Amino acid sequence: MSLLVNCPNCGPREIPELRCAGESTSRPKTTPTVRELNTYVYFRRNEWGVQKEWWFCRSCEDWFLAERDTYSNDVKRTWHPEPAA
Amino acid sequence: MSRLEARDGERIDRSQPVSFTFQGAAVEAFEGDTIGSALYAAGRRTFSRSFKYHRPRGLQCCIGHCANCQMNVNGTPNVRVCATPVSSGDIVKGQNFVGSLDFDLMQATDKFAGPFTPPGFYYKTFIRPRKLWPLYEKFLRNAAGLGVLDRKGKREARVDVENRHVEVLVIGGGRSGLEAAITHAAEGRQVTVVDEGPEAGGALLSDPAGKGVAADLRARAQAAGVEVIAPAIAIGIFEYGFVPVAVGNLLLKFRAERIVVAAGVIEQPLVFPGNDLIGVMLPEAAKRLVEWWSIKPGERAVVITADDRGLEAAASLRTAGVLVALVIDLRVEQPPNIEARGRRGRLHAVSVNGETVKADLLVMSGSPQPNAKLLAQAGARVVYDASRGIFVPESLPENVEVVGSAAGDVGAPAVPAAVLGHQGDKCFVCFCEDQTPKDLAYAIAEGFDSIELSKRYTTVTMGPCQGRLCSTNAIRSYAKTKGVDENTIGTTTARPPYTPVPMGLVAGYPQEPARRTSLHHRHRDLGARIMWTGAWRRPHSYGADAGVEAQNVHEKVGLIDVSTLGKILVTGPDAGAFLDRVYPNRFSDLKVGRVRYGVITGDAGRIIDDGTVGRLDDETFYVTTSSTGADGIYQWFGWWNAVWFMDVQFANLTGALAAINVAGPASRELMTRLSDDDFSNEAIAYLDARAVTVAGVPALALRIGFVGELGYELHLASPQAVHVWDALLKHGADLGVAPFGLEPQRILRLEKGHVIIGQDTDSESNLHEAAMPWLVKNDKEFEWVGKWATQQVADRGLRNMLVGFESPSGAMPVEGGQVVVAGRSAGRITSVRHSRELDKVIGLAVVPVALAVDGGRFDVQVDGRAVGMIVRLGHFYDPEGARLRS
Repeated sequence: MSLLVNCPNCGPREIPELRCAGESTSRPKTTPTVRELNTYVYFRRNEWGVQKEWWFCRSCEDWFLAERDTYSNDVKRTWHPEPAA
Repeated sequence: MSRLEARDGERIDRSQPVSFTFQGAAVEAFEGDTIGSALYAAGRRTFSRSFKYHRPRGLQCCIGHCANCQMNVNGTPNVRVCATPVSSGDIVKGQNFVGSLDFDLMQATDKFAGPFTPPGFYYKTFIRPRKLWPLYEKFLRNAAGLGVLDRKGKREARVDVENRHVEVLVIGGGRSGLEAAITHAAEGRQVTVVDEGPEAGGALLSDPAGKGVAADLRARAQAAGVEVIAPAIAIGIFEYGFVPVAVGNLLLKFRAERIVVAAGVIEQPLVFPGNDLIGVMLPEAAKRLVEWWSIKPGERAVVITADDRGLEAAASLRTAGVLVALVIDLRVEQPPNIEARGRRGRLHAVSVNGETVKADLLVMSGSPQPNAKLLAQAGARVVYDASRGIFVPESLPENVEVVGSAAGDVGAPAVPAAVLGHQGDKCFVCFCEDQTPKDLAYAIAEGFDSIELSKRYTTVTMGPCQGRLCSTNAIRSYAKTKGVDENTIGTTTARPPYTPVPMGLVAGYPQEPARRTSLHHRHRDLGARIMWTGAWRRPHSYGADAGVEAQNVHEKVGLIDVSTLGKILVTGPDAGAFLDRVYPNRFSDLKVGRVRYGVITGDAGRIIDDGTVGRLDDETFYVTTSSTGADGIYQWFGWWNAVWFMDVQFANLTGALAAINVAGPASRELMTRLSDDDFSNEAIAYLDARAVTVAGVPALALRIGFVGELGYELHLASPQAVHVWDALLKHGADLGVAPFGLEPQRILRLEKGHVIIGQDTDSESNLHEAAMPWLVKNDKEFEWVGKWATQQVADRGLRNMLVGFESPSGAMPVEGGQVVVAGRSAGRITSVRHSRELDKVIGLAVVPVALAVDGGRFDVQVDGRAVGMIVRLGHFYDPEGARLRS
């Protein structure tokens, strides 16, 4: 991995300046069953292609989201999450 | 001596003699020589022994491509001495021989073992009888491999890494590379050129007419603002224009918007009997010996060439006084039978179609191959041009271009036959691994008929030259044997690095960062034994006996530097509500000025970290984490709030604040001496947090009791820590104040049964089975992080439990030791220490839940014997907490 990722605050950054926290997941809204909880905690889509991931920038210490192609490492876009309207 | 009179444009400085040793004997050289050129000038012709047959080998490429000149230089094996500048005092030795370089006992393998060592020989042979494998292995391990590492060698080289950002990176500083650089620079771009030679110029440097052109191009490049770095080797082209470049012990990590590959060509050997004899070399080698180092390479030369390179080499040789006895231009005629004959491994004569010419030098030049290795690694395709016998790069990655001969601009060389002769000595396709066309045919007959399979089976292209000199000839050999064309055979996958580089250069960060608290040097001065804890350097203990330090805390007063604790300020109207979500217990109802213990779990229900939370005002909480958890928890909080958007902010004060825990029965007296604040039990009770002034320094005092005695954890600005620490030691001297380290702290907390996250818990631990069910508050409105999984543990029923135990016999189990119940492994010891206060061996262990009752018994293996332990619930020391609250 030697890609550059564009932190929405700090601009393009080398990987060691960032932390990839893996693909974004969706937390259950209400008490999940054992199966639902296991799926949420342990299972990932492991996409071959573009996936949405969490990244942390060690420079500005902010979290942001990225769409990255897991095959080509092409980062399509990065953005700060917005609260649901 | 074969050194010529001084010549125009030579690279050696005869006024600067340099001396080094080879095999213990002194060798004289000049500044500008390489180790290889100096040895050649001194008359040495045998430079190495081949990998398999131990045939003597001499200089072949003089450019650092082939494996023929690998030697041990100053303890580093496999150094290509032909391209290594000589330094005064170098200690150079040959390698891969038994006896001497000139008389290698292992050469018997060439004479006798040849017919018995086809590809795959030892996979097939040394497998039976199985019993003998250890013996075989010992022999084979000794025979395999090239240089030998010095096992006692020190970590000799310091390596550094530097990031560089350029608009255009040009790889290769020959004519086309420099011209491309000048053009880009003229268009206003920032350009860097890297070249693996001693200076930029490429092939021009060994051409009598080209030296001036090279100098002119370098001057123009400099005038245009182009940065030229040499010697510097680009070792790969990766995504996002990433090109690591090795410059000695420095790795330059280039990010280039545009990459121009001008890597030139790789000269190719021809395949005929005796093509590895000493004296058979590539044109550039002959030219460099003459033009760079003013050496007469031999007396009588034969040239066999597919293009002008051989002719140019012949011209250079003539100027050096070498008699060029025969020149065969393969573009004019291809003799069916060429044979090089040798005596003791050295070229003696060349026979062409039966006609024999005496010669001690043979310059061979096959069709020069565009140096597309970097491009192929980067994802380009290479396509065979049958009319010229070369592989040309195509379909380049975005932002990568190729210019000059690397792009296929090599004129119209002849296409030599796959094998130019069949009579006589062995002929080699692969010099590094000693593979002949016969070996390849054998591999095909065995079914390894694709070039990738052949690579793995015969190891052709897998040697130190990384396929530079053998890839094309192997493909030709395959195409001919199988009767198909070269494009059908295809090339093997090119992989980085382009050239061998020291592991240290690419194996990650050369430094191990250490964090030190602001009191670190005080600890050193006090004679502390320093240990690693995560990234931190902390005092293990200050004296020989940690037990004594622990007792001083029980009896008098101790100081421990706990600056390593994570310290996070959580502020905002939603601060309390936020903490309610990330902790199992409740913090929104914590009263201002109070402190509460908290454990953090993930949604998997596993314990991640612990610490205390103090409320400073309605909207401000002061959160401490474990020493190694600070950054992780700070990120954890931010991550959750990136989804929740609560009105709360986090500030990581871990480095900004120091912390000193003042603990022991005399701690109140000590604080009173240094502060005008009221430290009475009424003013600051157990689990209170107060803003105080200590020795004139504002501090936050947390009255908590990790070590089990009355104590105050003082958090204050790091720059003031030394002042406060010194004041505490000075004013507490008559109270018996003494610093204590991590080891006594571990004893003290164990006496209280306090857990250390990561020591007594692991990635599987949950709140219930870590005996902390009292932390779980399920009546909160929000589904706190970890709630569901924690509930599921409760629903499925508990299996294990973290409990205290004592060793009635006094035997000391090891941490991590197996808990044995009814002869079966049923848990493990997580902590164990001897407590001087209790005069007992005590510890914590994970045991089956059925045993988690006071008096439960289990065994632990101690020194191979099962020793009984007894479960003790509750604190070992001060079970009522009277001392904490005193």
